[in-house]
Amino acid sequence: MGRPRQGTDKVSVLGVRHHGPGSARAVAAALDEIKPDIVLIEGPPEADAITSLVGGLEPPVALLVHLADTPKAGTARSKEGWGFWPFASFSPEWAALVHAHGRGVPVRFCDLPAAHTIAERIERAEAAEKEAVEKEAGQEEDDQPAPPSEPPRVRTDPLGVLAEAAGYDDAERWWDDVVEQRGDGEPSPFPAIADAMAAVRAESGPETGRDARREAYMRQTLRAVLKEGYERVAVVCGAWHAPALRDLYDYPVKDDVALLKGLPRVRTTATWVPWTHGRLATASGYGAGVTSPGWYHHLFTAPDLPIHRWLTDAARLLREEGQPVSSSHVIEGVRLAESLAVLRGRPLAGIDEVSEAVTAVLCEGEQSRAALVHGRMVIGERLGSVPPDTPMVPLQRDLMAAQKRLRLKPEAFDRDLDLDLRKESQRERSVLLHRLRVLGVEWGVPRAAEHHSKGTFRESWRLRWDPDMDVALIEAAPWGTTVVSAATARVVEIAAEAELPTLTALTEQCLFAELGDALPDVLSLLTDRAATDSDITHLMSALPPLARSARYGNVRGTDGAHLRAVARELLARVCVGLAPAVRGLDDDAAARFVRSIDQTHGAATLLDEDARGWTEALESLARRDQVPGRIAGRVNRILADAGRITTEELHRRLGLTMSPGTEPTRAAAWLEGFLQGSGLILVHDERLLGLIDAWLLSLSEERFVAILPLLRRTFGAFGAAERQEIGTAITRADGGRTTTARVRRPVDTRRAAPAVAAVTALLEGSRA
Amino acid sequence: MTTSATGSGISTDAASALRPHAEQTYAAELEALAGADDRQRPPGWRLSPWAVTQYLLGTTLDDGTEITPKYIGSRRVVEVAVATLATDRALLLIGVPGTAKTWLSEHLAAAVSGDSTLLVQGTAGTSEEAVRYGWNYARLLAEGPSEAALVPSPIMTAMARGAIGRIEELTRMPSEVQDGLITVLSEKALPVAELGVEVQAQRGFNVIATANDRDRGVNDLSSALRRRFNTVVLPVPDSAEDEVRIVTQRVEQLGRSLELPEVPTSLTEIQRVVTVFRELRSGVTEDNTTKVKSPSGTLSTAEAISVITNGIALAAHFGDGRLRPADVAAGIQGAVVQDRVSDGVVWREYLETVARERDGWDDFYRACREVGA
Repeated sequence: MGRPRQGTDKVSVLGVRHHGPGSARAVAAALDEIKPDIVLIEGPPEADAITSLVGGLEPPVALLVHLADTPKAGTARSKEGWGFWPFASFSPEWAALVHAHGRGVPVRFCDLPAAHTIAERIERAEAAEKEAVEKEAGQEEDDQPAPPSEPPRVRTDPLGVLAEAAGYDDAERWWDDVVEQRGDGEPSPFPAIADAMAAVRAESGPETGRDARREAYMRQTLRAVLKEGYERVAVVCGAWHAPALRDLYDYPVKDDVALLKGLPRVRTTATWVPWTHGRLATASGYGAGVTSPGWYHHLFTAPDLPIHRWLTDAARLLREEGQPVSSSHVIEGVRLAESLAVLRGRPLAGIDEVSEAVTAVLCEGEQSRAALVHGRMVIGERLGSVPPDTPMVPLQRDLMAAQKRLRLKPEAFDRDLDLDLRKESQRERSVLLHRLRVLGVEWGVPRAAEHHSKGTFRESWRLRWDPDMDVALIEAAPWGTTVVSAATARVVEIAAEAELPTLTALTEQCLFAELGDALPDVLSLLTDRAATDSDITHLMSALPPLARSARYGNVRGTDGAHLRAVARELLARVCVGLAPAVRGLDDDAAARFVRSIDQTHGAATLLDEDARGWTEALESLARRDQVPGRIAGRVNRILADAGRITTEELHRRLGLTMSPGTEPTRAAAWLEGFLQGSGLILVHDERLLGLIDAWLLSLSEERFVAILPLLRRTFGAFGAAERQEIGTAITRADGGRTTTARVRRPVDTRRAAPAVAAVTALLEGSRA
Repeated sequence: MTTSATGSGISTDAASALRPHAEQTYAAELEALAGADDRQRPPGWRLSPWAVTQYLLGTTLDDGTEITPKYIGSRRVVEVAVATLATDRALLLIGVPGTAKTWLSEHLAAAVSGDSTLLVQGTAGTSEEAVRYGWNYARLLAEGPSEAALVPSPIMTAMARGAIGRIEELTRMPSEVQDGLITVLSEKALPVAELGVEVQAQRGFNVIATANDRDRGVNDLSSALRRRFNTVVLPVPDSAEDEVRIVTQRVEQLGRSLELPEVPTSLTEIQRVVTVFRELRSGVTEDNTTKVKSPSGTLSTAEAISVITNGIALAAHFGDGRLRPADVAAGIQGAVVQDRVSDGVVWREYLETVARERDGWDDFYRACREVGA
């Protein structure tokens, strides 16, 4: 309520602190008194059309204004083409909205339209991008544009200046003491606030730039409203702007018109989205975040005794976490908070005092517990909600329907979810989460890395909904109107430009997300790329996920035949390219290649029981001479394990390698490859052991010392028990007496029969 | 149990005391504050809580009297501590060694009740008499139980006088002795069963206890006792700036009371010692580029103070009257190397990797090498 001046007695300007519970209370009280016939609120006028939804919203919510046409991802338009205006239950703007909605009073938002704000931001971002590109092109151009000079502090933080004048070192606290924590029933603080701001503004000079345009627009809206004949206009705006609106007639109309001329604009759409307290604490795009939204919400909603109730809640929270916190703790906590407030000369204990009390009394000095209370209560995890008839892109609507059907509720904190994919409804949940991930909406993140080894029918997720995801959904809107169609389109688009390893990963994603329509496209691209990709390690690393998909695809009810065909083709290419690829690899490269061979071998056996082509490729590799020792050893071991070479042949090959003609380092590398994974073969095959033994004994001391590190690396990898067994075998071979001579008892076939039967059944079952 | 100055024939003169109590050293400041303090004082308090805070944190009074800061660090720590005492809850100060727990407790007691001497030192051998009461056995045998034969503990005296009782190293006391405090803290009364009377605490009585972080688990407080304390954790000084200030101020005071010859304390030397201590304590250099190993000792601010004081004594009596790197080298090595083998390696590594490279540290590096050789 400004001092009545000529013509302005119809207008009451309520200068508030955004998200201040005291301001909200004061606004509600003031509006009850004024009984306005129209309410103007600082905010984008695009939202005028959707104020009718206020009744169905549950704060915290935010106004989301975004570009009407969805921009291409990654461009400046997509990064800057949206803005949020959050409202909490304790926001004065919200109080005004609720008041107006409840009494059927019209509401208008009077700030500069987001169409202009967003257009400006996009222009700036595009200019910056262009500059960056030019700079890259121009190489050394060191006359950097001077950084924009800091605006004077009084403009960025007018309250800080006022608070300093009042002898406070913290502006928040000053505002809290003077306005927020006032009891109800005191005279309205708004005239005083407007006067104070007028004094501060008088010092800082007139507004310029964006702020000037904003205020001009607010005044223009106000003038229009007055012209329409409204008699009692209430304006709710940031305290800083209060004098500029109150003294409406000090500003000539033509100046304001000139200010607003020729602003850039874009087409925008506005809607409501759910918001969280956590995001209010670091509000983006609004610049008015509060440090303790949970506390403010509490202050605003607690009917009385806010400190007592807060500490009681904190005690309950700690008890739930298993901490013994008694009522007497709460009593002492309240006393400490109150006496601290007195000591600090504050009228009422605030969040600082209460936090001290929680730390010193309830948590007994334990910092980690105090941090828990801070995160859960002071910040809070409240997530608002919007009614189903809120304007949404079809994709959001589809997701909402799916969430409802699958009973998956978006929540603002981490929740772990374990899914059993054999159950229909749980599988659908997994599919939904996978599809959203494809769309860039990371609502669910797989927990503990995707370990396929521990059963393929189980999945663990961690869910957490973030308001940003609504933006991601809106961005994904051009891909499709439903989650499945959008995800399909997205996968196809990514695939079009992807490299081979990405493509195989995509294939797997398609299976998880059950994007059957995208799969053929991805697979045909995959075969194309496989044909042209000359790096065989790429092919080899692409194979295992494919093979897994083909083998286990049927758990999810996908048809594996096509996949299998593609995987076989890939395998064929690998077989052909194998021999040339291994020539001239150094030791490290060979070690990596051995890993690839192992994986491919696993994939090949998954695909096909005998995998003829693959084994033949390995056999031909094993016969070659130029193959690095390590790879040769490994290949021979694989073949021996698979029974593809006879014991005699193996002995011959080992003998050849271990003969004096071969370079000892190569022999040692061969041995390393051969024994990689398990050395038990030496225990069971005495001739092999004998060959190695003889080789070692024949080496000259010099050479022995040279290859010792390699041997150590090979044998050091074995388990202690294995090493001991090998040692025992050597002792036995030398004719020494072993202390733990094991007598091998013959297998009792009668007692083993049930076990054998069970294993056979398992093996046959998997084959079927 | 300590003997208060107002005892029997062995009473001493405060003026020549090696270390005068806080209320003696700062008598003038306390008096000035009491004069200027017009706020409400809790019953039994010499000063208002506001004035106590000012006394601890330092200020300049309206009449120009300078109040030196006693505790340099977080304001909230002091405020919570004072507010706790004002609610008649007992105060438990916890922190790693050398974080000014005892210092703070002494000054709190001096400011609140003008007497910081009602002190019980907690040790493994502290008996129940130390927190309750004992007997003068000669008298007890001669006259039977009587009030004259009773020897009150400092806590009992504090109750009767309405003053602050202090308990040092609470967690070093055996648990059963600790639990003797529960009645005192909850009932605010101490019954003397033998005489059939009880001592009721007068207004103003409270207890400040200190406990060491490193002793956690030795004699942990029972939850019944713990519940009667408000706990304040004293942090290590935040910034190097603060720590240098603390060291400079204390060194000056100690030098005065020990009447060491005037040595121009060099700020560089103090900064250097503080830097060395902070770096070794945190395991990383101040510019956050190099990792260093941390030794087994705490390397508290208190130890830094003693290193400097020691250095000043050396400089005054054996040196050229100026504090040189060589004067602190031996002290600093003694503080760092607590365990000969492992800490010795830590210290040598620090010298070679950090101190040697640093500009202006040549003298210091050489001095340390000499001491180490």
